[in-house]
Amino acid sequence: MKFPYTDIVLEHFRHPRNVGRIENPDGKATEGSPACGDMVSVYIKVDPKTNTIADVKFESYGCASNIATGSIITELAKGKTLDEAKNITWKQASDALGGLPKIKAHCSVLAVEGLRSAIQNYEERHGLVKEKKPTTVEVVRQRLRKVINPLTGLNVVRTNLVQDIKVKDGTVRVLVDLPRDHQFAHNITDEILEKIEPLWDVKEVVVEFTE
Amino acid sequence: MADKLIYLDNAAATRLDERVLEAMRPYFFDTYAVATSEFGYSQGIEARETLDEARTALANSLGAAPEEFIFTSGSTESSNIALKGVALALGKKKGKHIIVSKIEDFPVLHSAQALEKQGFRVTYLDVDGEGFVDLDRLRDSITNETILVSIQHANQEIGTIQDIEAVGRICREKEVLFHTDATHTFTRVPLDMKKMAVDLVTVSAHTIHGLKGTGGLYIRQGTQIAKWVDGGFQEFNLRAGLENIPGAVGFAKAVELVTPEETKRLQEMRDHLIDRMLAEIPHSTLNGHRWKRLPQNANITFHFVEGESMTLHLDMRGFAVSTGSACFSRSLEASHVISGIGGDHERAHGSIRFTLGRYNTMEDVDAVVQALAEIVEELRSISPLGKNEEKEEA
Repeated sequence: MKFPYTDIVLEHFRHPRNVGRIENPDGKATEGSPACGDMVSVYIKVDPKTNTIADVKFESYGCASNIATGSIITELAKGKTLDEAKNITWKQASDALGGLPKIKAHCSVLAVEGLRSAIQNYEERHGLVKEKKPTTVEVVRQRLRKVINPLTGLNVVRTNLVQDIKVKDGTVRVLVDLPRDHQFAHNITDEILEKIEPLWDVKEVVVEFTE
Repeated sequence: MADKLIYLDNAAATRLDERVLEAMRPYFFDTYAVATSEFGYSQGIEARETLDEARTALANSLGAAPEEFIFTSGSTESSNIALKGVALALGKKKGKHIIVSKIEDFPVLHSAQALEKQGFRVTYLDVDGEGFVDLDRLRDSITNETILVSIQHANQEIGTIQDIEAVGRICREKEVLFHTDATHTFTRVPLDMKKMAVDLVTVSAHTIHGLKGTGGLYIRQGTQIAKWVDGGFQEFNLRAGLENIPGAVGFAKAVELVTPEETKRLQEMRDHLIDRMLAEIPHSTLNGHRWKRLPQNANITFHFVEGESMTLHLDMRGFAVSTGSACFSRSLEASHVISGIGGDHERAHGSIRFTLGRYNTMEDVDAVVQALAEIVEELRSISPLGKNEEKEEA
């Protein structure tokens, strides 16, 4: 039989580790992408003495790569310090799974984001977050590094898909180097909106295409 | 891992029937000449006669004359010829407006989009929650500029069968050509060109245990259509290219092998599948109409779980099905059909299409219900969705 995933991915898909909820978690987050529709919730318990992740669980409404990444990321995070866990990348998760199809990057990156957001949630609740920064072109660019170009599996900034970013009076304009009717135009628009709209001082996000 | 494959994706492709292969065999090894004119050499004349016989058989199955049926490379090409051929013939003469439904399969939908880029105006008709086109809205959409209406006979995903006789009457009354994509209904649902006011019909062999890459287009006598696959004068000078004689023979054989009894058997399996799934798997919804649907099609959304996860689990247990989930598709777009019937992303995401064929049995249906009940329960146990709903019910 031929499956589109590595044996490790299939193993984690069939027997996901650390599944479920933690009652009264110290931090929790849900990440979802309207473009793919997948959703991941991550729950953490933190040992405040060592600042390490004492327990972590996840729930997934998603495809195989989403479930497998949720499983591996919880394994990778357990016992790590918050800073270490925050810095686990999609690449590390993917490598630990023996590789994921590039086109599935945006489904699987959710689990990585979910872990980071759960940690951020813990930090916010415990007054560990810095002040609100105003949105600049650089802030937008950083956020767009989380939007994956499904053609390559790499982010849209790195692959030069984002040609221009303008920020003015709460309006963010992003120019994408694709035809408007490109097969991924909808996905990319949705993901850009999702990443930029939540910024505290952004009122409107406009995604434009070069053709 | 499974040791037996239970194939339930017969809308995508079907297993070839051995009898089709046997019928084709002589035209690979014995009579392989090109179909010549009546003044050609013997083997060429024999090839010509064979092609004519196959064409007559196909035409008869549609209640048509042989001159009204051309062979093509499949339903994609047939629908391209229908839409673009009519556009080329009538665009300058009559008008540049075309009407299609929103839930057409890609050959029609993307041909319409391609024509839009060439300056045609296209109306994409909405459908209701079960996938039906509103006939009044269709009538209102037709203008003096309209040259063609293309509405499918049945939907490729949710199986909804349109009232094409009524559509045909409207088009006839308004003097507009009517094309229907009958890829999934041909031989399974009655299609009679003597009774129905349809001008162009797309059909294919790949859905009825014939050869892939073999299809046809019915073109009513007198229909204004231009040639756009240029070359020789084959297929009544409407579609150039060397005739695929084994394919045509196989197509005729495939049509001959479909019986009303078989179609009834498929329908019984379909009903059994739908009834058991809806009764035994909580939070499941049928997509499409309960009985105005293809006899071989069932499409069900299992809420709170994602389609690719279900299909992969099923695959590991030896079942082949398809899903409308974005994660399953090449384009990462969720099914345009499910969104067309007003379904949200989640409904497309958790939808599974089961399509039955000649080689399926009632045991296969029972097995897939059993397997899916277990898989859905397992995936729901790890899903963040649906927990509250289940608690409320308990």
